[in-house]
Amino acid sequence: MSPSMSAQKITVRCKINGQDRSFTTYPMARLLDLLREDAGLTGTKEGCGEGECGACSVLVGGELVNSCLIPAIQAEGTEITTIEGIAEGEKLNFIQQAFLEYGGAQCGICTPGMVLAVVYLLNRIKKPEDLTEAALRTALAGNLCRCTGYTKIFESVVRACHARFGASAGASSGDQR
Amino acid sequence: MRGNIPAYDVRAPKSLTEALEFLHREPGAWKPLAGGTDLMVLLEMGVLEHKRLLSLHAVPELKGIREEKDRFVIGALTTFGEIQAHAELCREFPLLREAAASVGAIAIQNRATLAGNIANASPAADSAPALLALDAKLELASHEGSRWVEYRAFHTGYKKTLLQQGELIRAIALPKLAPGYVHAFRKVGTRKAQAISKVAFAGLARKAPDGKLTEVRLAFGSVAPTAFRATTAESRLQGRVLDLALIRDAKQALQQQLTPIDDVRSTAEYRRRVSLNLLEDFLLQAKNRGEA
Repeated sequence: MSPSMSAQKITVRCKINGQDRSFTTYPMARLLDLLREDAGLTGTKEGCGEGECGACSVLVGGELVNSCLIPAIQAEGTEITTIEGIAEGEKLNFIQQAFLEYGGAQCGICTPGMVLAVVYLLNRIKKPEDLTEAALRTALAGNLCRCTGYTKIFESVVRACHARFGASAGASSGDQR
Repeated sequence: MRGNIPAYDVRAPKSLTEALEFLHREPGAWKPLAGGTDLMVLLEMGVLEHKRLLSLHAVPELKGIREEKDRFVIGALTTFGEIQAHAELCREFPLLREAAASVGAIAIQNRATLAGNIANASPAADSAPALLALDAKLELASHEGSRWVEYRAFHTGYKKTLLQQGELIRAIALPKLAPGYVHAFRKVGTRKAQAISKVAFAGLARKAPDGKLTEVRLAFGSVAPTAFRATTAESRLQGRVLDLALIRDAKQALQQQLTPIDDVRSTAEYRRRVSLNLLEDFLLQAKNRGEA
């Protein structure tokens, strides 16, 4: 292939939010665009486009990743969960519900990524005692917000943890700020 | 501006043999692509020059961590998340765990690979000081076979490495350590997550019952064209009992090997001072270990 020509498109088969999907796209297309443009799932947001801000976070094979950094060819055969797969129909997931109740979202661009970062943490927590303030802050450290100053987001996350695991979850384990 | 996506041809070999065949048949034509956390950023910035990429994600021979009698062998595609999830590896090498946890943030750690960090060859790579302190060895595979090289010799200059055309990093081996080492890894950046380091440090030290240092390994990143072992300070310390005068001596010896620069992330002067402070902090920690 000469440099001026186009690469051949490939077929990418994957499972998105439990549904088998198939796309014809360029191998270097970003998973972010596959989700938003090809699959029509615009809940996943683009922030920086270079893996710094976490707005495009999704789960691939259960792992939290930045979808802007994944070429389509690497999505072949994977299982993907986006923010659209978190709610049950019209019923919000308890993390989303907490963001709603405690003002965790302003413009909303960072919110899907924040919620998925918390989903990822909670999927991996083996016992509620592991859900320390430090663990929550590390879990959210790759997600940037330019509106809220983080306080409302963090409060929403702590409240969500309380709702699910009781009042000791997310308790301070020393000053982590 | 983002690179022109249709212009990039990507192939995904299913075995190591197939991958090495690609590299052998057209020398220099195919750029290996692992976790994508560096190359996809270049694509976004419109500066990913290689138009033909060899995505290694489906090559099974490059995956997995295996424990042998006297070493751990880490597959090239092992992510920093996988390193942190491997209990035995983390118990053996606490400083490697710390280094892995300091890379980007969780979503980056879940994609970024150890060999990618090595091959990208940034002097600010988070894994570099840790691998230097751990005396890592690299297995380089090619169509002809494979060879082992010392990681210490791998970075031959700024962004220059021992990798020949047609070679891939296949695995990273870390020799097991005798018990009783003091481990340290420190990364100094603008913030804890997502920052590229201004200075990074990894240290290992072991003392005899009489307090003499039987072994000390000191490695720094971001303060020279490549990460390096502070050999002048190491030899000053070797076999001696740590006291404040010796620590001053070691800092002076380190000065000779520091060649930091001013850049967008920090200043040479700040990097120099922090490097010396990190060394002092580590040596004080080693000095106090086992003392009443």
